Amino acid sequence: MVKFETKGEVVTITLEGVLNGNEHFDIAAEALSNKKIQILGKDITSWNTDFVVTLFNLLKHISKNNITYLHLPEGMEQLLHLAFQTPYKEEENLPPSLPFLEHIGDLGIRFCRSFKKGGIFILDSISSWGRQLLGKAVYRSKDFWMILSDCGPKSILIVSLISFMVGLILAFVGAIQLKTFGAQIYVASLVTIGMTRIMGAIMTGVIMAGRTGASYAATIGTMQVNEELDALQTMGISRTDFLVLPRMNALILSMPILILLSDFMGILGGCFVCVLFWDIPLAEYVKYAVNSFFIKNFLVGVFHGIVFGFIIALCGCYFGVNCGRNADSVGTATTNAVVYAIVWMIVMTGLLTALFQVLGI
Amino acid sequence: MMKQDYIIRAENLSIGYDNKVIMRNLSFNIPKGDIFIIMGGSGCGKSTLLRTLTGLIPAQSGEIWIRNIDFIKARKREKLEIMKHSGILYQSGALFSSMTLAENVALPLQQYTKHSQDKIDKIVSFKLALVGLSGYENYYPSEISGGMRKRAGLARALALDPEIVYFDEPSAGLDPVSSRNLDDLILEVNKTLGTTIIVVTHELPSIFAIGKNSIFLDKTVKTISAKGNPNELLKNPPNEQVFEFLTRGVKHEKRTK
Ligand SMILES: Nc1ncnc2c1ncn2[C@@H]1O[C@H](COP(=O)(O)OP(=O)(O)O)[C@@H](O)[C@H]1O
Ligand SMILES: [Mg+2]
Repeated sequence: MVKFETKGEVVTITLEGVLNGNEHFDIAAEALSNKKIQILGKDITSWNTDFVVTLFNLLKHISKNNITYLHLPEGMEQLLHLAFQTPYKEEENLPPSLPFLEHIGDLGIRFCRSFKKGGIFILDSISSWGRQLLGKAVYRSKDFWMILSDCGPKSILIVSLISFMVGLILAFVGAIQLKTFGAQIYVASLVTIGMTRIMGAIMTGVIMAGRTGASYAATIGTMQVNEELDALQTMGISRTDFLVLPRMNALILSMPILILLSDFMGILGGCFVCVLFWDIPLAEYVKYAVNSFFIKNFLVGVFHGIVFGFIIALCGCYFGVNCGRNADSVGTATTNAVVYAIVWMIVMTGLLTALFQVLGI
Repeated sequence: MMKQDYIIRAENLSIGYDNKVIMRNLSFNIPKGDIFIIMGGSGCGKSTLLRTLTGLIPAQSGEIWIRNIDFIKARKREKLEIMKHSGILYQSGALFSSMTLAENVALPLQQYTKHSQDKIDKIVSFKLALVGLSGYENYYPSEISGGMRKRAGLARALALDPEIVYFDEPSAGLDPVSSRNLDDLILEVNKTLGTTIIVVTHELPSIFAIGKNSIFLDKTVKTISAKGNPNELLKNPPNEQVFEFLTRGVKHEKRTK
C-alpha cells in the first residue's frame, strides 16, 4: 500500500505491505514538482522491480537532491539511487515540421539536387566509357573477367528458364484468341515477333537488374562501408574508371548474347505448347517461325538490350557509390538499384518504341 | 621553431558535413617527424578531421597548410601531389577485397610511378616484409586475421615512401597484443624512416606509448580543449574532460577525495 501525505513543502510517501506494481497512486505528478520527497518504507513485506518502475515514473521529473529515503529495503534504495543518478532530460522539441508550401519547395530542391548528382554521374560514366575507346581509362582486366563471368555465364540458366516460360505463356494466351479464327498456326509468328522484338530484351533486362544490378550496388556499397572508396579517392584513382567501367562493359557485352539466348528459348517454349497442346506439326511451327523472324526486329531487341545494360550498370553503380556508411544503407542501395533500373528500363522502352514508330523501323 | 618546420598547420579550421558543423576553431601545428595524436571520445569528429586533412571532404572554413602548400585552395593536381606523399591506414583497413595483398600494395605504385612491373613486385615484397607479412603476397584480405589486415594496410600506406602517414584508430578491433605490436611498428616506422605520423585514437595505452604531441577534441565545446604531450597532460590536466578521458573516467570528485 502507498500513502501520500503533504505537509507544506514536504511530501511523505509511506510504503507498506506487499508492493507488486499494481498500486494506484492517488496523486498527480504535478502536485509533487518542486516539493521535497521523503520515502518511508519501514513495513514493506515484499516488493518487486515493477513497483520500482511505477514509482520511478511518478517521480522522474524530480531532482535527486529533493528525494530522501528512510528505512527502504537495501536493494530498492540502490535501484532508486541508480535510476535517479542522471537528471531527467526533457524530450527535445523536434524542429517544427515545415509548412505545406515550404515542404513542397524543399522536396523540389532535393529532387533537383539528386537529379543533378545523377546527371553528373551519368556524364562521368559516359565520358569514361568514351575515354576507354581512346585507351585512356584503365581498369584491371582481372576485375573485368571476374565481373563478366559473374553476369554472363552464371545468368544463362535463369534467363533460359524464364524465357522458355514467357514463350509458353505467349503461346497459350495467343492461341486461345487465334483459335476462334482457326488461325492457331500464327501463334508461331506471334511468339517469334514478340520475343525477338521486345519480350526477350525486357525479360533479360528485368532478370539482370535483379541479379547483376543488385550485386553491383551491394558490392560497391560494401566498399563504401569499408572505406575502400575513400582509399581509391585518396590514391587519386577515378571511381568511374576503376569500378563503373568494367561493370558497364561486362553488362553491355553479355546483354546481347543473353538476349539471343532468351529469344531462342522463348520460341522453343512456344513450339513446346503448339506441338503438344494445339496439334501443330513441328515442321509447320518452324516454317512459320522462320518466316516471321526479321533481322530488323532482332536488332531492335539487341539495341534495347545494350541500352538496358547501360541503365542497369549505371543504377547499380550509382546507388553503390552513393551508399551511406553503415550496413543498413547497403540494403537500401540494393533495393534502389533494382527499382530504379526497372523503372528506367520501362520508361526507356516506351520512348524507344515511340521513336522507332516515328522512324518507321 | 621556424614556420617551415611544421609539416601540417591548421588555422581556425571548421569541419563538418554539408551545413552541419562538427568541430570549429581548430588550430594546431604538426612538426616534421612527429607522432601526433588526435584524441577524443567516440563520435566527436576525429575521423571527420582526418577526412578533411586528406581532402575527402572540404573544410567549412579556415586554413590547412601541408608541406607549405595551401591545401584548401590547391588545385586537383597539387592535391594529388600532396596525397602522393601521404599514406593512410583506414579504420577498417580498407584493403580491396577482390585483390591479393600484393596487388593492394602495388596499386598506388602503378598509379603514381612509372616503375616496371618487376620493380613494383620487388618494392611490394619489401614493404610487406617491413610489416612482417613476407610470404603473404598472394593471400586475399579475407584469408588473414584483422591484425594482419591492418599491417597490410600499413604496407600499402607506406608503398610510396610517404612523408606523412595517417592512422584512423589503428587498434580498433585488435586484441591487446596485436595492438601493441602495431604501436611498435608505428614507432619503428617513425624512427627509421623519419615519417611524420598522425594517429587518431582513443586507446589510452597507445596514446601514452607513442604520442609525442596531441590534441584533445572535446565534443561538448566542439573544439580543441587541450594540447601537448599526453604524459604531460596527464600530470597537469588543463580541464576535467581531459583528465576524465586520460584516466578512463575517474571523476574529479573521486580524485580529490
Ligand atoms: N557522412 C556524414 N554525414 C553527416 N554526418 C556524419 C557523416 N559521417 C559522420 N557524421 C557525424 O559526424 C560525427 C563525427 O563522426 P566521426 O568523425 O566519424 O567520429 P569519430 O570521432 O568517432 O571518428 C558523428 O556525430 C557522426 O554522426
Ligand atoms: Mg572514427
